[in-house]
Amino acid sequence: MPRESNVVLMVLAILAAATWARTDKSAPGKAGLQTTTAGVGRYGGRLVVSQRAEAKTLNPVTAVDRPSREVLARMHADLIHINRVTQRTEPVLAESWTVSKDGRQYTLHLRPGIRFSDGQPFDANDVVFSFQVYLDEKVHSTQRDLLSAHGQRITVQNLDPYTVLFKLAQPDAAAERLFDDVAMLPRHLLGKAYEDGTLAQAWSLATPPDQIAGLGPFRLKKYVPGQQVTLERNPYYWKADAKGNRLPYLDDLTFLVVASEDAEAIRFQSGDTDVISRLNSENYALLAKDQESRGYRLEDLGPGLEYNFVLFNLNDDTAGRLPDVARKQSWFRDVKFRQAVSAAIDRAGIVRLVYQGRGTPLWTQVTPGNKLWLNSRIPKPPQSLSRARELLQSAGFSWSKEDKLQDRSGQIVEFSILSSSSNSQRMQIANIIQQDLAKLGMQVSVAPLEFRTFVQRVTETHEYEAAVMGLLSGDVDPNAEMNVWMSGGATHLWNLGEKQPATSWEAEIDKLMEQQAVTLNFEERKKLYDRVQEIIAEQLPLICVASPNILVGSKTGLGNFRPAILDHYTLHNVEEFFWNRK
Amino acid sequence: MSKRRIFPLAVALLSFLYAAVLLAGFVAPYDPAEQDREYPFAPPTHLHFIDAQGTLHAWPFTYALTSSPDNFAQYQEDRGRVFPLRFFVVGENYSLLGFVACHRHLYGVDEPGRLFLLGTDGYGRDQFSRLLWGGRISLLAGLIAATLSLSMGMLVGAASGYFGGFVDDVLMWLVELFLAVPWLYLLFAVRAFLPLHIGPTVAFLLVVAVIGMVGWARPARLIRGVVLSARERKYVLAARGFGASHFYLLRRHVLPQTMGVFLTQAALLVPQYILAEVTLSFLGLGVGEPVPSWGNMLGSLQQYHILASYWWMLVPGLVLVPVFWAYHVLADFLHERVEFGH
Repeated sequence: MPRESNVVLMVLAILAAATWARTDKSAPGKAGLQTTTAGVGRYGGRLVVSQRAEAKTLNPVTAVDRPSREVLARMHADLIHINRVTQRTEPVLAESWTVSKDGRQYTLHLRPGIRFSDGQPFDANDVVFSFQVYLDEKVHSTQRDLLSAHGQRITVQNLDPYTVLFKLAQPDAAAERLFDDVAMLPRHLLGKAYEDGTLAQAWSLATPPDQIAGLGPFRLKKYVPGQQVTLERNPYYWKADAKGNRLPYLDDLTFLVVASEDAEAIRFQSGDTDVISRLNSENYALLAKDQESRGYRLEDLGPGLEYNFVLFNLNDDTAGRLPDVARKQSWFRDVKFRQAVSAAIDRAGIVRLVYQGRGTPLWTQVTPGNKLWLNSRIPKPPQSLSRARELLQSAGFSWSKEDKLQDRSGQIVEFSILSSSSNSQRMQIANIIQQDLAKLGMQVSVAPLEFRTFVQRVTETHEYEAAVMGLLSGDVDPNAEMNVWMSGGATHLWNLGEKQPATSWEAEIDKLMEQQAVTLNFEERKKLYDRVQEIIAEQLPLICVASPNILVGSKTGLGNFRPAILDHYTLHNVEEFFWNRK
Repeated sequence: MSKRRIFPLAVALLSFLYAAVLLAGFVAPYDPAEQDREYPFAPPTHLHFIDAQGTLHAWPFTYALTSSPDNFAQYQEDRGRVFPLRFFVVGENYSLLGFVACHRHLYGVDEPGRLFLLGTDGYGRDQFSRLLWGGRISLLAGLIAATLSLSMGMLVGAASGYFGGFVDDVLMWLVELFLAVPWLYLLFAVRAFLPLHIGPTVAFLLVVAVIGMVGWARPARLIRGVVLSARERKYVLAARGFGASHFYLLRRHVLPQTMGVFLTQAALLVPQYILAEVTLSFLGLGVGEPVPSWGNMLGSLQQYHILASYWWMLVPGLVLVPVFWAYHVLADFLHERVEFGH
C-alpha cells in the first residue's frame, strides 16, 4: 500500500511539475499579451546563427557595429515597429496611437501589464527616460541623429502611466518609422548610470546577465569572449501565439563568431549553424547543390535595398592639396563625362558575372525591392559604347591615334578606381568597369585597398579619383536616405561637407527632400521622390550599377521562418521560430 | 647515371616553357584581358575527333558552347555547330617580342566558336592565354630577380672575402641585417606609400627589385667563403707576389673559382623567386588586374566557391611543379659537374 501511494504521489508530482512548467511559459499573467498571427509552434530547442565579428557592446545607446545591433535587436523592443515583411509600421509596445491634424503630435498608448526580462514593470516613465537618454547631446547616442533628423526636435511627455505624448517641431511624414529599432530602456537599471554620466560605459559584454534587462524575446545568458553570445528565452515576453502560448518558442539563441563570408557558408553547409543571412550568390550556387541531402533550404528573396555604384570625386577642397585629382575633376564635373561612363557600363554583364544572375541592374538608387517608392519611369538604356563616344565627343573629348581618350588640352584621360579588397564582388564590379571604360579609350586602373584605408580616403582625405562602393538603406522610406542626398548630409559621398549646394541640381534635390519629409500625403511625397530619382539618374553623382538579391537559408524543420528583404533579414521574427522535430 | 638522361629533358622543358611565354602573343589564342562575358567559368573545351553521328574526322574540331540562362556557368555543347581547329588564324592584335605588330595566332577556331584549352575564369577570360602571359611575368620575374640578387651577392661577397678586415666586417654586418628584416611586412608598408595606380610595368619592376634586393645576402655569404679560400691559394699568392693588380687577381684567379657556386645558386634561386612573385601577387602585392601573373591568377582561389567548383583555376599552381622540378634537376647537375668538377 505505501508503495502504491508513493507511485501515485510521484505521478502527481510529475503532473504538477508538467503543469507548472506549462503555466510558467505564460506565467506572469495574460494581461498585456499581444497575439501574433503566425503558425502555432512548439517549445524547445536552440537556434545557432553566425556573425562575422564579435558584438562590441550590449549597450543599445552606443552600439554602432552590425554584430552588436543584431544581438541587441533580439534583446529589446521598440514602441512602433516596421514589419519587415509588409514594410509597413505596426503597433508593438504601443498598442495604438493617434496623430494630431497638423501631424506634429503623436499620442502613443502603451500596452499595459508589460514587464522587462527581469520581471520589473514597464510604463511611460521608462519611455520618457529612454528618449531623454537618446536625445541627450552628452550621451552621443547613435539614434540621436535619426530622431532629430533635419533639425527637428522631439519632446516627450507622459500623460499617464500608459500614455506618452510626442511633440515634433515640424510635421514629419515618416515619424512613425522613427520609432523602429529604438530600444526602450529600463529606468530601474540604467537611471543611476545616466545620472552619474556613465551610461556610455554601462552594459558591456562583461556585465553580469542579471543586470541587463530588455523587452525583447530573449535575454542574455552567457558570453564567451571571441566565440559566442548566448541568449535565453525571456519568460516575461509580451507576445503570444493564437492559442495563448507565450512566445518565444526557442529556449536559446546563440550567436557564433565566424570570421569570413566563406567560413559562414561552410559552417551552415556542415550544419553548425541553423540560419544564414546575406549569402553571396557564389556560395548560394555552391550550397544549393546539396540542399536535399544536407537538410537545409535556400531562398532567393529577390532584390534588396543595397545599391552599388561608381562615384567620382567631386569634392571641392582638393584644389590645393591634391593637384592631380583637381586637374582630373574638370572631366569628372562634366555631366556628359559621367553619362558616357554610365552608358559604357555593361550592367547586364555585371549582374551575370558578379551576382551569377541573382541581382538586378540599376539606373538609380531605388531598387525594385522597394516597391512602394520605385520610380518605374526611369529609363533603363542598355550598354551602348557608341552613345558613350557621342557624349564624350560632344563634351570636347577626342581620341589619339592609339585610340586613347584625351581632353580638349590633349591630356590623356587616365584615372584609378578604388575598391575595398576584402569585398570580392565589388572588386569584380571594378574590374568589369575598368574593361568597359578601356573600350572608350580611358586608361583606368583598379586599386584594391584595405577597407579602413578605403573608407578613410573616400570620406576623410578625399585622396581618390573614382571608387566602387555600395550603400544599404535600413528602410524603404526616403527619409532613411536623407543623409545621402541632402547636400550637407553625412553620407553625401561625392562632395562631402558642402556648406551650400554646389550645383543647381543639388539645390533642387535639397528642396525636394526637405519638402517630401514634411508632406503627409503619400501620393504627393511619391511625386517629389520620383523627381529626386530622375535627377540622380540624369546627373549621376552616384552611377548606380546593380543590386544583389537577398539570399538566405535555413535548416529544414525550422517553422515560421519568414525572411524579408529588410535588415535583419532572417531573425526579425525569431520569437515565432520553432523546431518541427527535435 | 640516370641524372645524365634527365638533365637534357629538364633543359628542353625549360627552353620550351620560356619560348612559349616569350611568344605568348602568338601562342595564346586570345587577349589575356579580354572578358568574354557570355562564358564565365567555362570548362576546358573538348577537342573532338568523332562527331555526333559517329564519323571519325581526320582533323579535330569543337562544338559551339551554349550557356543555360538560369544556371550560372552550366554549359552544353551544341552538336549542330561545328568549328574545326585552325592554325595561324587571324585574331587580336599583339606585338611579338614587344616590337613586331602582329595579328596571327598559332591556333584557334572561327567565330563565334570558342577554344578554351584550359577553360575560362570568372570574367570569361581564356585561362590558357592568361597562363602564357602570366608566365611571362612570373618566369621572367624569377630570372631577373635572380640575376639582380646574384650580381649584388657576387659584388659584396667578392669584396668582402677578398679585402677582408674592416670591409669584411661592415659588409657581413649588413648581410646579417638583411637576413633579419621581416620582408613581407616591409613590403606591405612600402606598397601602402606608393601611388595608387602604378602601371603594370612599374609594379613588375617593383616586385622584381624587392625580391632581388631581399635575396642577395645569402649568395653573398657563400661567395665570400669561396673567395676567402681562393685568395690564399699558392698561385694566387704567387701572382700577387709578381705584382698583379687587385682587379686582375679577382678576374683571373679568384672569381672563376666562384663560378660553380654562382651557377648552382642561380638554379636554386630562380624557382625560389618565381615562388616569391607568385606569393606576392597572390596576396595582391604584385602586378594588378587585368594583367595576369600566376600569382594573381591563383588569388581567386581564396574564394571558397572557386576552389570547390572549378578545378581548372588551379592550373597556374600545377604548372609550378614541372618548372621547379626542371630547375632542381639543373641545380643538381650544376652542383655535381661544375662546382666539384666531376
